[in-house]
Amino acid sequence: MQIIERSAFPVLCEALQRRGYELVGPTLRDGAIVYDRLASAADLPIGWTDEQQGGAYRLKQRPDGALFGYAVGPHSWKKYFLPSEQALWRAEREENGFRIIEDRRDAPKLVLIGVRSCELHAMAIQDKVLMGGACVDPWYASQRERVFIVAVNCGQAGGTCFCVSMHTGPKATSGYDLALTEVLEGDRHYFVVDVGTEAGEALLLDIPHREARDEEAKTAEEVVTQTAKTMGRTMDTTSIKELLYANVEHPRWERVAARCLACGNCTMVCPTCYCTTVEDVTDLAGEQTERRRTWDSCFTMDFSHLHGVGSVRSSTKGRYRQWMTHKLATWFDQFGTSGCVGCGRCITWCPVAIDITEEVRAIREATS
Amino acid sequence: MNGPLSPVGVQHVEPRQNPYVPHLAEIVEKRWEAPRIFTYRLRFRDEARRRAFRFFPGQFNMIYAFGVGEVPISIVSDPEDADLLDHTIRVAGDVTGALDRLDAGDVVGLRGPYGSGWPLEEARGKDVILVTGGLGCAPVVSVINYVVKRRESYGALKILHGIKTPKDLLYRERFQAWGRIPNTEVHLTSDQGDGQWRYHIGVVTNLFRRITIDTRNSLVMMCGPETMMRFSVRDLMTQGLSADRIYLSLERNMKCAVVLCGHCQYGPTFVCREGPVYRYDRIQPWFDVKEI
Amino acid sequence: MAPAPKLKLAVWKFASCDGCQLTLLNCEDELLAIADRVDIAEFREASRAVAQGPYDLSLVEGSITTVRDASRILEIRRASKTLVTIGACATAGGIQALRNFKDVNDFISLVYASPQYIDTLATSTAIAAHVRVDFELRGCPIDARQLIEVIGAYVHGHRPRTPSHSVCIECKQRGTVCVMVARGTPCLGPVTHTGCGALCPTYHRGCYGCFGPMETPNTGSLSEWWGHLGVREEDVVRAFRTFNADAEAFRREAQAHEH
Repeated sequence: MQIIERSAFPVLCEALQRRGYELVGPTLRDGAIVYDRLASAADLPIGWTDEQQGGAYRLKQRPDGALFGYAVGPHSWKKYFLPSEQALWRAEREENGFRIIEDRRDAPKLVLIGVRSCELHAMAIQDKVLMGGACVDPWYASQRERVFIVAVNCGQAGGTCFCVSMHTGPKATSGYDLALTEVLEGDRHYFVVDVGTEAGEALLLDIPHREARDEEAKTAEEVVTQTAKTMGRTMDTTSIKELLYANVEHPRWERVAARCLACGNCTMVCPTCYCTTVEDVTDLAGEQTERRRTWDSCFTMDFSHLHGVGSVRSSTKGRYRQWMTHKLATWFDQFGTSGCVGCGRCITWCPVAIDITEEVRAIREATS
Repeated sequence: MNGPLSPVGVQHVEPRQNPYVPHLAEIVEKRWEAPRIFTYRLRFRDEARRRAFRFFPGQFNMIYAFGVGEVPISIVSDPEDADLLDHTIRVAGDVTGALDRLDAGDVVGLRGPYGSGWPLEEARGKDVILVTGGLGCAPVVSVINYVVKRRESYGALKILHGIKTPKDLLYRERFQAWGRIPNTEVHLTSDQGDGQWRYHIGVVTNLFRRITIDTRNSLVMMCGPETMMRFSVRDLMTQGLSADRIYLSLERNMKCAVVLCGHCQYGPTFVCREGPVYRYDRIQPWFDVKEI
Repeated sequence: MAPAPKLKLAVWKFASCDGCQLTLLNCEDELLAIADRVDIAEFREASRAVAQGPYDLSLVEGSITTVRDASRILEIRRASKTLVTIGACATAGGIQALRNFKDVNDFISLVYASPQYIDTLATSTAIAAHVRVDFELRGCPIDARQLIEVIGAYVHGHRPRTPSHSVCIECKQRGTVCVMVARGTPCLGPVTHTGCGALCPTYHRGCYGCFGPMETPNTGSLSEWWGHLGVREEDVVRAFRTFNADAEAFRREAQAHEH
């Protein structure tokens, strides 16, 4: 364990920028802490925090100058790896049909500042989906290779967090170059640093740092332990796949469908949801076309549309069941892992506060 | 805002293949099967692609119409001649509509093959029972063609086909021709009759009583509306056929065909990977549930 | 691939503000690209020239509010191979459909100095209430990109690609922060048809529902949540009674809160 003082934190960002990395991380915008480009460490939401519950998110001023004193916001890092819109290829009409053109360019070098443990797990899950099969998503893979990750162990749990239940946090265990625990103790403000890779180790050499003392390391451990104790939500995941497979038909699906708006917000904010659709975007003359991939949602009618049949999942019940069963059950069979990391975004950002932990509980209680 | 980020640095990573890019293929021939159903014989322009292409009956390709989009279509020609690839297309939506407006000499995009095939190796020496319904039975035509070409390698071939009304019968001549092949039976049924209908009346499951099924030496392959298949599976199992002898071809909305887009999920599987041809016992718990 | 035959286009106006036609006028650069593919046979906003029908594609703006218009739309339908309505008036009766919930004579005497010259129906109704409509383009006003998509679709022979899901999906694709969750601002986005580019939430306003109900609008659940946010019943009624007041889902929801 190493120590970086708060005063040296900007140096860390500058050292990465000097290495050709663009800084992206949490920043204040539109009443929330979002992920966006940062000019410097000064763009972090210093001294801010959030309060979250079902369907509600509010910014609050903190009494201190913490850099990372909040939980996850409306964005997830997937927007950098799997952008909401991506040109796949384009084509031009020719005498003899058409010509396909690929405009490929290297992904930018990004440093992701303040990645939480649940988010590292979400990336690992998307890695399996988008890079683990026979066909690899080339844009995703290219961006994954060109990031430097500065993880942050959570110093406080959000009102809708349940990473402890999902075994995905609050302490980062892998998938980072550096992992920081922010410590604010009286007048002292410092980061306890865990080095994850050689690249992380090399970077550290450019920044003022020193070996952590035992009590500093212990304090950092205490920060995470405390966070783990204050999760806003819990989910009993015992045999969860079997539970949901056994309850494909259950009156609870009807009840949640009565509240569900089928608006798709949960899928958009979910850091593992990866569904996309592809469409041709053509010029009016019909000479040029682009195959464009955009984020899609299993809550739309078009998602499961078949000619001659219509929408296979025409009821909201069918669509909510598909989403939740996918996250918590079929994902295991498809990719060998859960599709949920317990980040709580789907609860906070559901406009009517539908709570996945509550839905699981209701089905479990009715079954046992 | 989710705007593009400017590229930084010049470090090069090995360019990966873009799985969404099709190869150009020429329409060698357009053959009409029925009103609004036609078969395209396609040939890759690129010779290397042509040589490398191998497939099994039951697998499908994604066919791309310029400016409109892609659609999964099963390959119905014989796998031994992968130089020319036949695809039977029913005009149902935008892409198939756009494909219909093309003709011999025109160019489409083609990528594949994707998905699982029919168990034609396993079926050698066994009776093959085909159950089809509705308008789209192209996926089993590949089986019929395959078995007919290797007739002596298989036992009896029994083709059961159900439609709603007599005017829905496509391939009338083909069914008649298949019926004349040795050791091959063709049974047609329509839910409703009319003055001219010379075949059975009733749902396709009624036909199971008209044929003998050697439950220990038959494989059943099905394709058609899910409700029809649901009833057929139930009836066949009541007759003593085990679930692992029944294969069915399923359809789900599909965008990428390479397990990246999430669309074609069928319970814990993907139609583009585990399907479209499923052995029934592998999806049994899901098959009776609506809206999977 | 044979070149498509020239498409004969007509634009018709009924009770409306002309805003949707203006959107079409603003697309002149794009339309120029297909000048050799499209004949504009009738477009009063742009030209006085009138060509005889039949028309391949008729774009209809506005709602039916007079006896004369009710018969004129029948003629237009007969003369048109494809009829596409553009905008909230033509698709749901428009803001003028507010009369459908009141006595129109009360409005007339309030608004006009000489009400005796006004000859109007008691209701403002969508084109689809009178004739078969091949496609309805939503919006108040319509979105230029979507209009180009619709014209292109008919020129090139496919269905217009205009998704019918919620505004939320587009909002999230843009990375906009949800105004309802982060600010408690009532927003119709979750029950509203996408197409505007999620304009209002981008400017920190709740969605006004300009594009009418989305494909599966659960308005009841949204209204209930608005109740938690402190929205009064009469304001729920007002929110659903704007440009798409007479679209079925919005009409029913407003009625459910009217006491």
